[in-house]
Amino acid sequence: MKRALPWLIAIVTAVVLLVLPQALDATHLNIVILVLMAAQLGVAWNVLGGYAGQVSLGHAAFYGLGAYTSTLLAMKFGINPWLGMLAGGAVAALLSFGFGWSCFRLKGHYFAMATIAVAEIVQIVFTNWDYAGSAVGLTLPMDKEGWAVMVFPDKAPYYWLALGLLVLTLLATLAVERSYLGYYLRAIKDEPDAARSIGIDIGRYKQVALVLSAFFTALGGSLYAQKELYIDPGSVLSTALSIKMALVSILGGVGTLLGPVIGSVVLTLIEEFTRTLFGGSGRGTDTIIYAALIVVIAVFYPTGLIGWYRERVRRIKARKAGAKRDDAAAIKQEVLL
Amino acid sequence: MSLLELQGVSKRFGGLTANQDVSFSIEAGEIAGLIGPNGAGKTTAFNCIAGFYPPSAGTITLNGKTISGLPPEACARAGVGRTFQVARTFTSMTASENVMTAAMLKDRKVGSARETALRLLAFVNLDAFADKPAASMTISEQRRLAVARALAIQPMLLLMDEVMAGLNPSEVREMVAVVLKIRDQGIACLIVEHVLEGIMPIADKIVVLDRGIKIADGTPAEVSRDPAVISAYLGDEA
Repeated sequence: MKRALPWLIAIVTAVVLLVLPQALDATHLNIVILVLMAAQLGVAWNVLGGYAGQVSLGHAAFYGLGAYTSTLLAMKFGINPWLGMLAGGAVAALLSFGFGWSCFRLKGHYFAMATIAVAEIVQIVFTNWDYAGSAVGLTLPMDKEGWAVMVFPDKAPYYWLALGLLVLTLLATLAVERSYLGYYLRAIKDEPDAARSIGIDIGRYKQVALVLSAFFTALGGSLYAQKELYIDPGSVLSTALSIKMALVSILGGVGTLLGPVIGSVVLTLIEEFTRTLFGGSGRGTDTIIYAALIVVIAVFYPTGLIGWYRERVRRIKARKAGAKRDDAAAIKQEVLL
Repeated sequence: MSLLELQGVSKRFGGLTANQDVSFSIEAGEIAGLIGPNGAGKTTAFNCIAGFYPPSAGTITLNGKTISGLPPEACARAGVGRTFQVARTFTSMTASENVMTAAMLKDRKVGSARETALRLLAFVNLDAFADKPAASMTISEQRRLAVARALAIQPMLLLMDEVMAGLNPSEVREMVAVVLKIRDQGIACLIVEHVLEGIMPIADKIVVLDRGIKIADGTPAEVSRDPAVISAYLGDEA
């Protein structure tokens, strides 16, 4: 029974994911796509921020690099977006060495601040770079459609792309978690000095985590560009985007495989509901409520929703075990009497 | 050639000289104690050997290879294992995962790392804790876990920083038994300790530091008769 439950959940999830595009209208399917895309970014962020404990607030830089690389390659050189997506990932992975070189010499909050600064620099460069459309942005042509060019008139194909990319990112994270890399990253997060004392070159492995994280974040950026067919610095390089990637993981549970997925479901739904319920007033009520909910979750569930769930399970088990001990003590007492 | 040799090692922090011209050596398979009153510079010397501080002057060699100035991870790969004053357990892991992470230095396969880890946990009498969260273990258990973790990198020399401080007498006996077993495996141990009762009976050699300077070295019996050592610990006769 215990073993059957996870399989049951997996099968139900798979079935739900399969029928969703048929069951939902375009608006709701779009929300599901947003959930999947935010989840993928959270999972990618989590490799560095969660497992290795290096909280980056500059990941929009990689997202933007992915989006701009595939878009520019398609517009200026007619390169297929599938290749452009991989190129975007490669560019982000390559530039992550500069990002790591400048930021990894700092720790904790100072590291996070440095990552904000680096992402700001990237944003300013793209805002002023005429070749990349500067502040106006870039519009992808819609002259061709279909899987070959990754442009579609309806939402369903983007659903499958977003789902596929999320699954790919999850599988990569799982591979990291299960291998020596996962152990090294957790050691670096827990006790960096002890990690060094057992021969782990912590600078090198932080960079490995960053390269992986940057690569998958950039793939997410390229997908966004193909879905919206329009990008500008505000939509793919903003600090708010960096914060959202971190928030999704922190809310769900950092350093866990599925934490960011759960965080993304909750966060995106809160975001969309507050927007539809309170967004019309134009006074920013939706963002105030959105922010208040995040504060509440951060204060009451600091280990994230997964951490909160695990704690509940542990307590229930402890209570059951405690009851058994009480029984045993009572029996002993009776025997003695 | 000795396993570990320190030649004229000095370490200064700004105007403070923590170690001044310290020289000593340790042979393979030897238990050596590094003792001295509080503030004598024991931990500083220890951190120089483990690569956590580069010495300001002097050289340190392990098995003929110069290790002074190398970063900690390179010292670990050269064969120096260490524990810390506080256990520095990887708290998000189980006991066996703590040791597995270290075993991966020699073999990155998770399966074989787990075999090594279980063997070493049994070696320090922690086999019952293999799949328990390491953070839930007592101080004494976490100290032994740190020893198992340091052993997993297959060191030639194991540095132990105050492994017996704060332990009760039965826990000290347990730790002493582990240290003797480590020596029997041919691994040299350098133990920093200011609790002398634990270290004196088992050490082959004692090095005494006082105010950053080596004031004596020799067998425990020689050192404990040395007038300079007696005055460092008890003060000069009036």
